[in-house]
Amino acid sequence: MSKIDVAPPYTAVSRHDMFPEPRHDEAARFDFLANLNKFLAGTLGPGNKLAYDKRVLPAFVKEHGREPKDRFEIRHAMNADPFHSFWSALKRNSMEMRQQNGRAMVLRQLDALDAKAESLNAGKDTLELNPDVDVPRYQAAVDIHCMPGSYHGEERPGDVSAGANYDCGLFATTGGALGALNDGGGQALVEWIGKERPGWAPKRILDIGCTIGHNAVPLALAFPDAEVIAIDTAAPSLRYGHARAQAMGATNMRFIQANAEDLSRWADGTFDWVQTTMFLHELSGKALPKIIAEGYRVLADDGLMLHVEQPQYSDDMPLYEQFIRDWDAFNNNEPFWSAMHALDLKDEMVKAGFGRDELFTVGVRAVVDTDIFPEAPTGESEDHGRAAVWNAYGAWKNAEAIQEAAE
Amino acid sequence: MTEDLDWMTRANLKAKGKRPDFLGDPEEEKMLSMLMAVIGEVSVLRERLDTVERLLEAKGTINRADIEAYEPDREAGQERGELIREYIARVMRGPHQALQALEEFEPPVQDVVDELRDS
Repeated sequence: MSKIDVAPPYTAVSRHDMFPEPRHDEAARFDFLANLNKFLAGTLGPGNKLAYDKRVLPAFVKEHGREPKDRFEIRHAMNADPFHSFWSALKRNSMEMRQQNGRAMVLRQLDALDAKAESLNAGKDTLELNPDVDVPRYQAAVDIHCMPGSYHGEERPGDVSAGANYDCGLFATTGGALGALNDGGGQALVEWIGKERPGWAPKRILDIGCTIGHNAVPLALAFPDAEVIAIDTAAPSLRYGHARAQAMGATNMRFIQANAEDLSRWADGTFDWVQTTMFLHELSGKALPKIIAEGYRVLADDGLMLHVEQPQYSDDMPLYEQFIRDWDAFNNNEPFWSAMHALDLKDEMVKAGFGRDELFTVGVRAVVDTDIFPEAPTGESEDHGRAAVWNAYGAWKNAEAIQEAAE
Repeated sequence: MTEDLDWMTRANLKAKGKRPDFLGDPEEEKMLSMLMAVIGEVSVLRERLDTVERLLEAKGTINRADIEAYEPDREAGQERGELIREYIARVMRGPHQALQALEEFEPPVQDVVDELRDS
């Protein structure tokens, strides 16, 4: 018999110096949640499609004389189905338990965590906080993914509780699929760029919406001669992220509290690489194009723009799949998720200034130590919304023109 | 331990944003959330017991610091994961069987009773 598929133990998570120290039972809570999420996605998850095919869709067709015309009609019909509503209730509870469990562990040791952050951050000019930066409405309207206080909440002024809670629980919701340092996304980018442009050495990289920097640290370590600027509007996440990066030796990173809708402090063409990871869906309809346009402006010729996201909904994607991928929008406080995934990101990048022929899309799967950590499942067993399998929407700015000029 | 902060109650902070109505009854929602928390805590107790058993087997005597410091090796980690997986399957029997019931149409047992009586 092949090895039974279980989540790796929480104790396999690497503990950098900033990481909260789990007690035995705190680790055991995350062990339970990681395996519960695997069960809800892998074993029970396919029941949603079954309920749809066997009773929800036939009943809809009988009532309306046609099939649902969009994912919203499917959602309304599915929410009345007892299998789906109970599954959703279980899944919502697992999200809420992850937050409660993470906060209990972090707040218990908050004095120690704040002291560690203080000692790692003190006297460093690579952390720039600016209290004049407002928390944008799209970050404040609800607490994103049911994380109490969102990325910017504080238990007391100047603390790191939000960042520490975010870091310590990513393991549970992804079943360990982001790897030992929750950085499988960043590791995947490093692997991809190494194949795409061997020997390329970007001098300045901008990571927008960095939260705790877990996706950008691998870039900083892979390109030690580059300066990596990581920006976010949430000071508590930046405090934690900067301390975390310092603890991991990523001293070529600068964490700056800033809103990417206005990057005017940087001149045109400042960066060789501008990127976001799982960030665009946490914006708004007006902020997203502004941020992509600003990103385009500060990107140098022959520079790379890359946005890593869950797959966009297209006309080719079955409506049922669009509906199930939308679950987090309505059940896990991701209010821009649905609208964002319906956008054509290629159109948005063209509007920002790219030529259509400069655009590319590439599949990205978290790169983890597969001896210990699982590869993220896809297909029917996929945990939609948090599977560590993404699409990267990218473009090299004016690359062809630059190369032609050089020849 | 954190001073000047009631971290135990602060851990329960509600996320901003209206909670969806899943079950049509707020009392049922609360009962399910309590049940899920207890299901989680039983798993935690079982894992702690597993730790105690393994430490006793290896060392003969233990203290609480040993339990806190225990980290399973690759094999023990897999075995403990399997314990949790089996436990989850057992407590999730109800929803899991609801899924299986969706797979094929089943007539009410009364229909089968009538059929067998007459055939």
